[in-house]
Amino acid sequence: MSESAALDVAEHQPTGDGDSVSAGRVASVLVVLKQMPWLTKFCVTWLILLVSAAIFADVIPGLANPDYQGFIFGDGKTNDGPSARHWLGTDNVSRDILARLIYGARVSLIFAVSGVAVGVTVGCILGSISGFLRGFVDTSVMAFVDVMLSFPALVGLLFVTTLLEARGLFILCAVTAIFVWPRFTRVGRATAITVSGQDFVSAAKAIGTSRRRILLREILPNVFPAVLAYGLVSMAILIILESTLSFLGLGVEIPTASWGGMIAQARQDLLINVWPAIWPSVTLLLTVYSFNNLVDWLRAQTAVRSAAV
Amino acid sequence: MPKMIASRLLRLVLTLLTVSFATFVMVNVLPGDAINALIPIDAQQDQEFVEQVREEWGLNDPMLVRYGRWLGDAVTGDLGDSIVTGQPVTAEITHRLPITLEIMFVAVGLSLLLAVPLGVFSAYREGKRPDRVISGFAQLGLSMPVFVTGLILIYIFALKLNWFPATGWNRLSNGLGPNLKTVALPAMSLAITEAAVYTRVLRSDMIITLKENYILSARAKGLTDRFVLFRHGLRPSLLTLVTVVGLSVGTLIGGTLVVEFLFAIPGIGKRIFSAIYQRDFMMVQGITVLITAFYVIINTLVDVAYMVVDPRIRRTN
Repeated sequence: MSESAALDVAEHQPTGDGDSVSAGRVASVLVVLKQMPWLTKFCVTWLILLVSAAIFADVIPGLANPDYQGFIFGDGKTNDGPSARHWLGTDNVSRDILARLIYGARVSLIFAVSGVAVGVTVGCILGSISGFLRGFVDTSVMAFVDVMLSFPALVGLLFVTTLLEARGLFILCAVTAIFVWPRFTRVGRATAITVSGQDFVSAAKAIGTSRRRILLREILPNVFPAVLAYGLVSMAILIILESTLSFLGLGVEIPTASWGGMIAQARQDLLINVWPAIWPSVTLLLTVYSFNNLVDWLRAQTAVRSAAV
Repeated sequence: MPKMIASRLLRLVLTLLTVSFATFVMVNVLPGDAINALIPIDAQQDQEFVEQVREEWGLNDPMLVRYGRWLGDAVTGDLGDSIVTGQPVTAEITHRLPITLEIMFVAVGLSLLLAVPLGVFSAYREGKRPDRVISGFAQLGLSMPVFVTGLILIYIFALKLNWFPATGWNRLSNGLGPNLKTVALPAMSLAITEAAVYTRVLRSDMIITLKENYILSARAKGLTDRFVLFRHGLRPSLLTLVTVVGLSVGTLIGGTLVVEFLFAIPGIGKRIFSAIYQRDFMMVQGITVLITAFYVIINTLVDVAYMVVDPRIRRTN
């Protein structure tokens, strides 16, 4: 079936001018997507849903206020089951679980994306410089990275966030960034070393290209995809980290909704009503799983491609 | 080779020095005065008394002097006194360390017990249904945050089935049975994620090993599959696994902290958590350095073991 799909595309592929190249590329991407296993398709759908819900949380019609405690105003119950008004029921202080999940997704995703953004930027630049120049620069950068990596990150994070007292999302992201960049730099450096050994770099050197130009034009663009791929892996890790911090009571301050915080709160009443713990746990698990599954699929995809070349 | 080991050791010492200094600076630069932990706010009206305590604890000296003093004591095994309880940090650590180590070792043991057969079998049936099922579960296990696994285990095995206690700790001196009962759930919470990682690593190495010619010849001799897998296949496939187990000590430390919080276990992780809350700087400093030392030493050992086992690494380095 997949073969016939490929043939189909090949037939419709126009040949000749420059426009067709991009058309062919779109078509081949479509084929790859068509061959995606159903589980990965499901994961991608889930992630798209989650991201759009997080972005548009404020304008979703009918979505409850995540901090509204119905029982205070006499129009809601605590630990309520699913209903037309509260699709997933309410938690132990009568807040709408669905709304809190969606706003919690915002916290998780902002945390993870900002961590990855810092990691990829620093990892690409510092890693490329370190891996291309080698020598003293490389040794000192890597020594620093080694020290950072051996420092127990969770302890450091707990420590800084506790002492800073104010734990806005921004502060949390900033502190996390300190502990995130070293691994990205390692990945960037390792890739830069491989890239530096390739023929096109030697060729650039041979025709007298300046080191700066080689770094910017040859090394960086080739290091970027590898570091970005590592960033995707890190999304899952950072989402787990955020929820763990919130669970320990050291994430974003309450009452801001976060998945870990929801689980921590529901934990107190586990025997009375287990659902407020189940929903955020399932959401968290599904999200982390989706990222992992997507990464595995992408990895298999690139492995197939490089094997074919 | 001895030269290489010496350079590893030098790096180990340098790392420890840097980390301890960084912690020291962090502790001193960040807001929060140690004096608040030493004297209640009301008693701080008495300036003379405050000055006296500051002098007594050496808080008035420059940071470098204090670091030097701390380091000098630390080398002799004295990590200072807790500024909250007044007890020596070293004593507190040696009292709690066995608990944390036990959880970690049982967790690693359980993970290996799960991962080795699963990884081997998965590789043996590569691409077939058993492999797909095992790999699927491994992917799921990888996605489980430790505290979620822990909560699920507590809900099922402590609250519903009542097989194990939900919180608390029995020391080994209270008998092996009670001790194992309290270590079971915490270790299991850590082991599920770790086992998933180990299974994947072992599977991919094993798949490569099973394509080797000596495996083919072993099969051709008519040896049973099980014998070939475990006697011929397993050992050469263990190298990456050993490294990953060493590296996972880092994540395990973080995980143990969470588990000790979740199960209210009086180990190192729980202590550093409360120390951070109480601004007990000496305690935080001592435990951080200890954790780092543990991590760095294990990884140095893994590196050295690697060099001993595989001569190729000796040459390329």
